[in-house]
Amino acid sequence: MEQPAAPEAFGVRAPVLEVREIEKRFGDRVALRGVSLTAASGELVAVIGPNGAGKTTLLSIAAGDLLPDGGEIVTAPPRIGWVPQQQSLYGKLTVEENLRLFARLERCEDVDETVGRMLEQTALADRADTQASALSGGNRQRLNVAIGLVGDPQLLLLDEPSAALDPRQRDRLWAFVQNLADEGTTIIFTTHNVQEADSHATQLVVLADGERLFDGSPSELREVAEGGDFESAFVAFLTARGH
Amino acid sequence: MRWLLGKDLRILRRSPLLVAMLVLYPVLIAALVGFAVTSGPSKPRVAVLNEIPPSQQKIQLGGQQVDVAKEARPLFDSIDRVNVKDRAEAERLVKSGDVLAAVIVPSNITRALQDAAQGAGGSARVEVLYNAEDPAKRRYVENTIKARVQEANTALAKRFAAAGAGYIKVLASGGSLSIGGLQLQVLGLGPAEKILRAVRAKLPRSARAQRAQLDQVIEFAHLGGQNLGYAETLLGAIGTPVQVDSRLLGGSTPLGAFAAAVAAAVTLMFVTLLLASGALALEREENAYRRLVRGLVSQTELIVEKAGLAAMCSVGVGLVLLLGLSFSADLPWSRFPLWVAALTFGALAFGALGVAMGALAREVRAASLLAFMAALPIAVLGLIPSGAVGAGLYDLIRVISALFPFKPALDALESALGRSGGMVAPLLHLTALAVVYGALARIALRRFA
Repeated sequence: MEQPAAPEAFGVRAPVLEVREIEKRFGDRVALRGVSLTAASGELVAVIGPNGAGKTTLLSIAAGDLLPDGGEIVTAPPRIGWVPQQQSLYGKLTVEENLRLFARLERCEDVDETVGRMLEQTALADRADTQASALSGGNRQRLNVAIGLVGDPQLLLLDEPSAALDPRQRDRLWAFVQNLADEGTTIIFTTHNVQEADSHATQLVVLADGERLFDGSPSELREVAEGGDFESAFVAFLTARGH
Repeated sequence: MRWLLGKDLRILRRSPLLVAMLVLYPVLIAALVGFAVTSGPSKPRVAVLNEIPPSQQKIQLGGQQVDVAKEARPLFDSIDRVNVKDRAEAERLVKSGDVLAAVIVPSNITRALQDAAQGAGGSARVEVLYNAEDPAKRRYVENTIKARVQEANTALAKRFAAAGAGYIKVLASGGSLSIGGLQLQVLGLGPAEKILRAVRAKLPRSARAQRAQLDQVIEFAHLGGQNLGYAETLLGAIGTPVQVDSRLLGGSTPLGAFAAAVAAAVTLMFVTLLLASGALALEREENAYRRLVRGLVSQTELIVEKAGLAAMCSVGVGLVLLLGLSFSADLPWSRFPLWVAALTFGALAFGALGVAMGALAREVRAASLLAFMAALPIAVLGLIPSGAVGAGLYDLIRVISALFPFKPALDALESALGRSGGMVAPLLHLTALAVVYGALARIALRRFA
């Protein structure tokens, strides 16, 4: 019997993550209303929207941290890296010790190789012996992302990765993230900085009050909103939909 | 789990101030508690105003000179005596708190004692001044002074009884008596009986009536002598009518070992509770908790790791403490494995309680505060001895104490350090508490992140 052709055969990459009609409530408050999202290998997906839109809740559900009240996770890779907004690392441990600890907890086969690779990728090799509490905000965030990567995830979820970073630190972080995407890691990130989303994302998901209002490329959003610059277009888009 | 344990030990090593606080503070507290529990109050500092003129320090009792000051020595030996020159000074020292109380011995006390000895007048009196600035101190002062005065009273009562017995002996057997400075020769009932019997033997057979009368007097002298002999014995018993014959039925722990057990239990409690609660809360404060429980470690493993870490450290501190105390207290080194067992089971139960506190408090500072607030009353309740409060209240205290690991840990340590046997029950109790608090911690972790 002939096997059906793989999606790749038609130039369509298979989704690494697919969630469908996700619902989530916290008491009386509805955080997500039937939100769907698909991300393919190597894609950089930005989830944007006003405060309380449900961005972090969506990522937490994708990460397996929260269980949805409705809908389903159709596809999810076995290895998911989750980098919460608040840096989750041990300040009293050095950069290398943090990476080594999580590499061991992730049961990496070659801990030394993983730590070395992460130090190289994050350009933190020269700070390997520095305690995390003594790092700059940007370096701490890179370490935070690196810890999310030690398990060699196929999907990396970043919650507000550039918050509280200065422009130079943001540039270095995005170069690092872009490099990961180029190597095939699917990345979904949330941000309040719509310019960042425009600059780095290949796909945009706009959420407001738990509803998905848009799913497409930044240029498609600009067309739909008929605005000037991207930020104006985004604001116009939300305003037109009563948000 | 071992990697997490290694991480926590490394973090501890890099927090020398925290480690010093965690170790030194409870050790200091433990040493103080141990000392306070086992050392009774030292000699109370009491002001004494002696108004008796030097020439009137002695009284005549049964023909003997009795030195009142000497007989009152039990009172003065058991206090830290501060001699004062007048009542005003005594009152000032009591009011200022320099002395616990003041005893004023009036100038007429020897005359009153002399009168009492001769059956005239009532008891001699001393006056006690004290400052009842708080009810607990008032009770302590009252009890202390009463006990000491009672000791002096007992000594004087013995002298009175001895003097009384002397009089009786003279009445029974004859001899000399000194009354009001006069020396009197007393025949005594015994010699009188002998004389009467001799007279009776010389009476003619016809003097039947006189013989019968004489027989009555002889019988009286005989019975009187005999009964006065019993009275002498009775008076001898007046000084100490009740003698205490004590017999130990339980709790044979030597005082030093008990102090060591208290110190070790307090140390174990503070170190373990603070470390376990703080270590778990720190995972949340470092935002690492959610990352860890996303498949890296289970919540149960996390609880076991934190309780184990705290237990391991506190057992180490506890052993060092006991080693230090063994220089001053006679601790049985032959029972060393039992020390380790008692410390380990106690530490694990405290560790589970600490983790539950950390899971509930969620923040390091709140967890530390909770640990302190809970630990102090738990320890105080565990140290209240039976009989110190009413039966109903003591039963309630026992129930509350049984819900926390301090009392069973103290019992286990007492057994290990002093009493023979009796360790199984406290160890089982501690195991049960460890399981219960571990389960509570597991439930509390549901809302931890």
